[in-house]
Parts: sequence; C-alpha cells; structure tokens
Amino acid sequence: MSKIQSTFQRLQATGRRALIPFITAGDPAPELTVPLMNALVEGGADIIELGVPFSDPMADGPTIQRASERALANGMTLRRVLDTVREFRTGNAETPVVLMGYANPIEAMGVERFVSAAREAQIDGVLIVDYPPEECESFARAAKDAGLDPIFLLAPTSTEQRFRDVARVGSGYIYYVSLKGVTGAATLDFDEVAARIPQIRAQVGMPVGVGFGIRDAESARRIGEVADAVVIGSRIIEEIERSPRDRLAANVIAFLREIRTALDQIEGGVR
Amino acid sequence: MQMADAPYRFPDPSGHFGPYGGVFVAETLIPALDELRAAYEACRDDPAFIAEFEYELKHYVGRPSPIYHARRWSDLLGGAQIYLKREDLNHTGAHKVNNCIGQAMVARRMGKPRVIAETGAGQHGVATATVAARYGMECVVYMGSEDVRRQAANVYRMKLLGATVVPVESGSKTLKDALNEAMRDWVTNVHNTFYIIGTVAGPHPYPLMVRDFQTVIGKECLLQMPEMTGRQPDCVIACVGGGSNAMGIFHPYIDMPDVRLIGVEAAGEGMESGRHAASLTAGKPGVLHGNRTYLLQDDDGQIIETHSISAGLDYPGVGPEHAWLKDSGRAEYVTVTDQEALKAFHDLCRLEGIIPALESSHALAYAARLAPTLPKDKILLVNLSGRGDKDMHTVAEKSGIQF
Ligand SMILES: Cc1ncc(COP(=O)(O)O)c(C=O)c1O
Repeated sequence: MSKIQSTFQRLQATGRRALIPFITAGDPAPELTVPLMNALVEGGADIIELGVPFSDPMADGPTIQRASERALANGMTLRRVLDTVREFRTGNAETPVVLMGYANPIEAMGVERFVSAAREAQIDGVLIVDYPPEECESFARAAKDAGLDPIFLLAPTSTEQRFRDVARVGSGYIYYVSLKGVTGAATLDFDEVAARIPQIRAQVGMPVGVGFGIRDAESARRIGEVADAVVIGSRIIEEIERSPRDRLAANVIAFLREIRTALDQIEGGVR
Repeated sequence: MQMADAPYRFPDPSGHFGPYGGVFVAETLIPALDELRAAYEACRDDPAFIAEFEYELKHYVGRPSPIYHARRWSDLLGGAQIYLKREDLNHTGAHKVNNCIGQAMVARRMGKPRVIAETGAGQHGVATATVAARYGMECVVYMGSEDVRRQAANVYRMKLLGATVVPVESGSKTLKDALNEAMRDWVTNVHNTFYIIGTVAGPHPYPLMVRDFQTVIGKECLLQMPEMTGRQPDCVIACVGGGSNAMGIFHPYIDMPDVRLIGVEAAGEGMESGRHAASLTAGKPGVLHGNRTYLLQDDDGQIIETHSISAGLDYPGVGPEHAWLKDSGRAEYVTVTDQEALKAFHDLCRLEGIIPALESSHALAYAARLAPTLPKDKILLVNLSGRGDKDMHTVAEKSGIQF
C-alpha cells in the first residue's frame, strides 16, 4: 500500500479529513521551501502538494502564475525540486509529497529518468495537469511501477466515461476541481460539490480531495463535510506573498491551523 | 503526376500525427474540446455548411486569390520561375481570415455569441475582430503587452472593429502568453464562448480544423497551376510560424511525392546567435498549448523566448502536423534570417510592385536562394501569405527612417 493510501486509511479510521496544502517549490526562495514544507506539516498538513514551476502554466490563475514566475526567476528547476524533497526527507519520512506541474519539464528530463529520480527522492505521487488519462497510459504505468501514485483531476463537467478512465489509470486520490476556470477563482458551488463527490467516490473507488476556490475555515469546513480531503493553494501563496520573511513560517502555520481546527470539528465519522 | 502509394490520412481519430498532436490539456477543458469536436465533425460533413463557407470566401474574402508569375524577379535571379499565390489580396490582407470565417461559422452553429482569440502581430486578432463584426459577435482579443506596444496600429484596427483588446502581462508578455490567457478565459467562460485559435496548433481538433479551413489555398493552386503553366509546381514554399498558411498550401500536395514541400522558419539574427524562432530546426519535441510538437526550450523544459523581425513567426512551438511531416521526411524545413527576409521584401517591392508581409518575405527569400540553383523550366510556387502594409514601421525603422 502506498503512503498516500495508508494516510487516507488512517484518517478515515478516525473520521478525519485530509488537509492538503499546495506551495510552489522555489517561492519565495529556494532555501525557504523546506522550512515552508515543515511549516505546512506543523500547521496540520497530511499531504503536501509541491508545485514544479513552468514557464506556461496554462491552467493556473494569476496567484499561482506569479509564484511560478518567482520560482523560475530564482533558478528553480525540476532537478532542484527533486533535491528539495530529498532534503525535506532528511527531517520528515512520513508526510506524503505529491509533485504537481506540467508535462514539458518531465518530458525534457525523460519519463524514465524522472520516475526513478522521484522514487529515489521518496516522492509519493505526481499530478501532471496537462496529462489527461488518454495521453499518459504509459507514463502512469511507469509511475505506478516505481511506487508513485498518478493523481488525476476531475471537473464538474466530467462525464462518467471520464470517471472510468481515471479509475483505470490513476491511484492514490482524485483531485476534484470544484469550479470552472483556473486556480484561484473565487466562486464555489457547495451544493454541486455535495452532489458529485459521493458519485465520484463510488465510481472510482478512491478518496476524493476538492480544490480550487477554498479560501478560509468556513469554505474548508463545508467542503470537508462531503469530501475526503481539502486542497488549498492560491490562498497559501497569497499568505506567502504578503508575509515578511521572518513571519513566513509563523503566518502559514497560523493560517493552516484555523483550517485544521475547522476540519477536525466536522461530525461525520467514518464513511 | 505521380501519386503516393497510400493516401495520407492524418490525424488519426484521436488527433495524433504519429507521436505529435493529441489533447494535452487540464481536465477542465476536456468537455469543451469534446463539444467542439462533435460540433466540428457535424459541420465538416454538412453540405450546407460547406456551401456557406464557400459563399463567404467568395463574396467577403474575395476568393479565389490569383496566382502571379513574378517574371522580372525570376529573370533577375536567372533560374527557376517563381509563382506567387496571392493571399495578400484577401480581405484583411492575409490568409488568416479564411480560418476565422470557418471557426466563427462553427461558433454560430454552436450558439456561442462570444469569440476570443490570441494574437502576436495582430493579424489574427484583426481577422477575428473583422469576422466578429460581420456576424455580430462579441470579441475579446488577448495580446502580450509587449506586442500591444509594438503593434499600435493593429490594436487600433481591432478597436475600430469593435473588439476589446486585453494586454497580457504574464510570462514573456508575447504571443505564447496571450495563448495561455485565452485558454484561461475559455475554460472559465466556455458556456458562451468560442476560442478561435489562429494557427494549426493547440489541442485536437484545432490543428485539423484550421488546416481544413486553410486548404482552400492549396486546392485553388491545384486548379490554377495547370491552367497557367500546364502542370503542377516542382516546389511549394511557405513560411512557418504556427504553420497554417504552409499547411493550407501543402496539404493538397502531400500525396504527390514529386512536388517538394519546403517550410521556411525564422532564423532571426542567425541560428548561431540563439536569437531565432526556428522550432523545427533547433527545437526538441515536448508538450505545450495542448499538443506534442517541436518546441524551443531550455534543458529544464522551460519554453524560451523567440526572436524574429516578423511578429507572426515569433512563436516557440509549431503545429504538430509539421513535426510529423518533418520526421516522416515528406516536407523539408529550412531557415531564413531577418536580413535575408528584408532583402526579399525590398526586391519584391522594387521589381514586382508588391509589398509583402515580413512573414511571407521569409518564404520569398528562400525561393530567391533556391531559384538560381535550378534550371529555368523549373517552377517554384510561393505562398505570399500576406501584404506588408502592417510592417511599414518595422522596415522603416530598420532603414533608419522615422515617420
Ligand atoms: C502574413 C502572415 N503570414 C504568416 C503568418 C504565420 O502564421 P502561420 O504559420 O500560421 O501561417 C502570419 C501570422 O501572423 C501572418 O500574419
């Protein structure tokens, strides 16, 4: 069983929801990424999504675009992201780390080299935004063979055929994009999410995390009522943007703790 | 004319040209592309759609565009005869409008009242704004803020035509970033919005659809060349930015193996300078803007900035079908520098009384390089993809002239 799967099992056994924060590696500075990852864990993260910066982040809104641009300006590369996780692992062996990014840096490194380097760096999952299931069967197989969970997105508009595609190719969890548009957009339709999550969970047989548009304890709690995990990205990047360096970790921890507390207050028990 | 053994049948049903093309987009865009594919397939098989498209091309664009024998220029070069396919005579001054009409017609059939587009030099933006005005559609054009500054006249043209021009501040603030931003708009507003991509790139079905709308260029040549010269040309030459004017003229000739197909990329300040836009010549396969193709990228897979005197060729990728035609050897791809393109530009002005677009001047420059190496009875057909009025400022600046 993968570390991601056992994390969800452990949480489900105690009726808790997973908190999955996202940051971009190299933002605001490469040497601050490991301290920030540790801060995320301290704030209550169960899994960390670590963004690999890309020059053309087509699916991201302005906040994550800015993070990506800052990271690239700081000289962040896929190779250095892998080094960063290796360094994080010297102090934390348990918290699953999922790399999230775009296909081209991985193809430039070569899929085989990437997969074995990711395994060696003890990365647990990989979500490639512009690899839909039909274009990455062989990549997903290589990832699974190396013990990496290939994680896929589903959207409000996804058909049942997409559920089946993703169930076949993916593992770990499903990342449900809770609204139309790009990351960081503001409107969230809770009723829609509440109706869809049970369907998806039943059909794909994986835990479902919800992201895009979760900004505070209240929206996290409402999503947590129905989902297995809550993903928060743009809002944390904003926290990073507005924090002075000496308050960075403290502010991120304080922000996440509020979310953690809200999630842990959900009555819901085991599903 | 010899025909190939097996007819050329690309893309496959999932949008692949060999290893290239495909649908590399986030899940959020998949349903939009499914909807578009279904709608386009219905249009493609509908005689009423085809008849309306032909009517629009004839009465609004002014097709067929003529072929012109550049006799004085050919004589001076002293070799093969150069013929020009005059896409510069189309309404709006380039081949881009053929595709815009086709896509706007698909948008109308899909009931989408709003169209969006990306543009670099502004030619595709102007063509989209024109067609949107013609059909009474709302139009938003994304343009890198760097390009907005460089192409003020075209920005004004789009505004005259009723379009909203949105300057894009992200990334390198050029065409590729405008494309990213248009995709973000589309994914957010897909219920009422149609994205008119300007070249044979993007996720399936765009490379197929744009090619279909541009093949009118090559289909006309198939009829016109025998009328004028008694046979088909020996070489067909076109500039390649994203590759739409080239695919449009190449496609009907693919199954005739004794017609050489030559695509001309922008070598900018020279290939050795690194400041160019020659994705097929110097790039590596990768994934960008929804398809797998040749890309100009660094070792880490980040897309790099390109350079060309012609904004329409200034793109780090290329349509996936060109990647396939290159690998399969069916087409050849060569490069021409800013300087060579400028010389061809001036030669055509002085010798033939035609002011060509700087993009098209790349194709002309290669014809000028090739013609003297061939006997006088050989025929080169060059796609003169657009007129050069839009380039007055750029050329004047290079000659040290200020208006
Ligand atoms: C006149 C002209 N030719 C060629 C191009 C390049 O595009 P493509 O390679 O898609 O034909 C452009 C693009 O703006 C153009 O305006």
